[in-house]
Amino acid sequence: MSKPLKQIHLAAHFPGVNNTTVWSDPEAGSHIEFSSFAHFARTAERARFDFLFLAEGLRLREQGGKIYDLDVVGRPDTFTVLAALAAVTEHLGLTGTINSTFNEPYEVARQFASLDHLSAGRAAWNVVTSWDAFTGENFRRGGFLPQEERYSRAKEFLSTANELFDSWRGDEIVADQETGTFLNDAKAGAFVHEGRHFDIEGQFNVPRSPQGRPVIFQAGDSEEGREFAASSADAIFSRYSTLKEGQAFYTDVKARLARYGRRPDQLLILPAATFVLGDTDAEAEEHAREVRRRQVSGATAIKHLEFVWNRDLSAYDPDGPLPDIDPDLGEHTVARGRAQVRMYRDPLATAREWRERAAANNWSIRDLVIETGSRQAFVGSPATVARTIDEFVQADASDGFILVPHITPGGLDSFADTVVPLLQERGVYRTEYEGTTLRDHLGLAHPDAGAHTDTEAHPGRVAS
Amino acid sequence: MSSSPSPLHLAVALDGAGWHPAAWREPVARPHDLLTAAYWTGLVTEAERGLLDFVTIEDGLGLQSSSFTGPDGRTDQVRGRLDAVLIASRVAPVTRHIGVVPTVVTTHTEPFHLSKAIATLDYVSSGRAGLRVQVSARQNEAAHFGRRTFPPLRIEDYDTPAAQELVTELFDEAADYVEVVRRLWDSWEDDAEIRDEATGRFIDRDRVHYIDFEGRNFRVKGPSITPRPPQGQPIVSALAHATVPYRLLARAADVGYVTPHDAGQARSVVEEIRAEQRAAGRGDETVHVFGDLVVFLDDDPGAARARRERLDVLAGRPYTSDARIFTGTPAELADLLQELGEAGLSGFRLRPAVAGHDLPAITRGLVPELQRRNAFRRAYEADTLRGLLGLARPANRYATTA
Repeated sequence: MSKPLKQIHLAAHFPGVNNTTVWSDPEAGSHIEFSSFAHFARTAERARFDFLFLAEGLRLREQGGKIYDLDVVGRPDTFTVLAALAAVTEHLGLTGTINSTFNEPYEVARQFASLDHLSAGRAAWNVVTSWDAFTGENFRRGGFLPQEERYSRAKEFLSTANELFDSWRGDEIVADQETGTFLNDAKAGAFVHEGRHFDIEGQFNVPRSPQGRPVIFQAGDSEEGREFAASSADAIFSRYSTLKEGQAFYTDVKARLARYGRRPDQLLILPAATFVLGDTDAEAEEHAREVRRRQVSGATAIKHLEFVWNRDLSAYDPDGPLPDIDPDLGEHTVARGRAQVRMYRDPLATAREWRERAAANNWSIRDLVIETGSRQAFVGSPATVARTIDEFVQADASDGFILVPHITPGGLDSFADTVVPLLQERGVYRTEYEGTTLRDHLGLAHPDAGAHTDTEAHPGRVAS
Repeated sequence: MSSSPSPLHLAVALDGAGWHPAAWREPVARPHDLLTAAYWTGLVTEAERGLLDFVTIEDGLGLQSSSFTGPDGRTDQVRGRLDAVLIASRVAPVTRHIGVVPTVVTTHTEPFHLSKAIATLDYVSSGRAGLRVQVSARQNEAAHFGRRTFPPLRIEDYDTPAAQELVTELFDEAADYVEVVRRLWDSWEDDAEIRDEATGRFIDRDRVHYIDFEGRNFRVKGPSITPRPPQGQPIVSALAHATVPYRLLARAADVGYVTPHDAGQARSVVEEIRAEQRAAGRGDETVHVFGDLVVFLDDDPGAARARRERLDVLAGRPYTSDARIFTGTPAELADLLQELGEAGLSGFRLRPAVAGHDLPAITRGLVPELQRRNAFRRAYEADTLRGLLGLARPANRYATTA
């Protein structure tokens, strides 16, 4: 007996600072002007996507002591863009990455609760951590957080924010014009939090918002990240990988939920995925090869190698062989403000593997970077891509995807116009929004005030 | 000195249901809607219908209170509010001309975050953003952040040396804060994004600058992550009642809100600010000084008085304010504004006592009256807030390649 078809969740990531956006394409527009965000959001809503996603960066990246200038540089403020997008959309969820290191819970909780009110229940928070002193140089706190404490602070930040969200039950405002009672509870919003990272008390000043709390996302693949997501998140971003690896990740993360008294459907797994479409599979493959060449110039390839080597490699020829010297294993001083640097935890092993692969395939530096670093997730005709996405979801390799186009802001248009109707025909994707809030779209319950599902309810798991 | 295209400038200060604590009990008030986008959109579009220069949006890091020092535990007044920057951003795309100026607190928040938020507000509004800076010495608000503490500060102790020291410190910090925000706005030159295919460079890194700010309370490296906003420098404003905050206006602001109760006071406040401006080396720059007034406006002067009395009864005490409280007709208010204008104020920030009543009375009563007197614009004459205020787009302090 076959099980019922899973419904696919789709979301869109506005291409921000990365090396995958082809900014030189004639179709490429502004990554800052509001019209770009409005276009992108309207396309996502037309396609009945669950949400739009914005990433964050708090310091311009540097390489070799200079501001990195080869990729898109610069981005607007996340909260401000999302609030403005609430004005030009009606259903689309609005997800923002907000750092738990260089912010304070009272302020972030205010901003998310406000965004949830102003969007009538469409706010979501991707909780991320950061620790480096490099980013800290832009903030009052400076580089104060040891790396090993970042999840400890993130967990406590989130549980503190949840205490603030839950400090209003939602029925306190009576606003009875006859009797003159505005609040039925003088203590509305009262909170006391004493912890390792935060020791705060008072009254939260944003009454309970339509979703109660924003939807919580967590990105990251590490052991700590998986555990954090299982304990506290509504959805997790993972990296797109093969069907088998996707299934292994899915099984692993979903199995962790029971430890926190949660059901498997209380955490959605949504990998980020790029795509290239063509009229035929062959045409899409050809187009994808072109896009990869444009994403990785010779100069970009050298810079990418420096993430691993931690050395100035500017003297190397990108069309030549890989460096035969080994990476510098000291503190990473060449590329700063780069998440990618942290991906290569064993630079010697990575360098060895890359040299072997390049030699075996007769790849230049640039070929190697293209092959290892920028393969699109879905390449094919709309029919092929729709079928592949559906296969991944039905086979429990994911619950859907967060799509990242390589052109701003029109890169989502063709997907909305060609792939989405095919998914709808397959009966695995909504044709209309059924609810109004992001929790509705994601099939998540609205939390009761005071009912924590986070680490706070399981003090034994809090690393404090 | 003023190249202002409009004889008088007009702004409104928006706060909940209005500035009178019983405003929410008026039939026209919509007390259940105060936390909705529709409520704020309605107010700001009404202000735009009246061709006003801008709206300010009040905010604070604690629950509203009738007490100067902290929470009052009252349940008969509006409590709870939304973040003002996000309200401003939510209404920006549905308006076209009016400036949006949210209140921000400099004492507990990060200038780096705020700078990019206001720069982004300038992008989403196509050049209509500003901010109003405020300091907070409240102990309860400090406890919401848990990173600094303040001694108790009662309003009657305001003139003591200890209180003055604290106030001076907070305003000095606010001046540093504004300096950081302004440097970050300039940290990208206007043409830093080059998209040069020949060299593969997206930006010219020589046109993006570290700000390297070092002050008493914080250091900020920069540059901003957000490119220079459309106005170059969005409008910086602050409310001031005494010499220390006047100095902040003179050193750091484009618009100051002051609270004179007659033309004589207006004249002396303006003189004091101009002297501070010269001392700060900004004698040649336009710093608008706006008078703040709470207004009860009705076509029948008796109706305005009766409304104010009715609300005072509901509130249980007569309404008092730092600002002069005007009760009367649009024509009477126009007389007063012109008189104060002649004393040196270049504009006014009106605080509607009841938002749902007095805001439309401003836009549909006062504004036509001022237009009849050729004292107010008949159409928006500029696309940006700086343009409306007669302020040029400033050069970038870091520009070397112009």
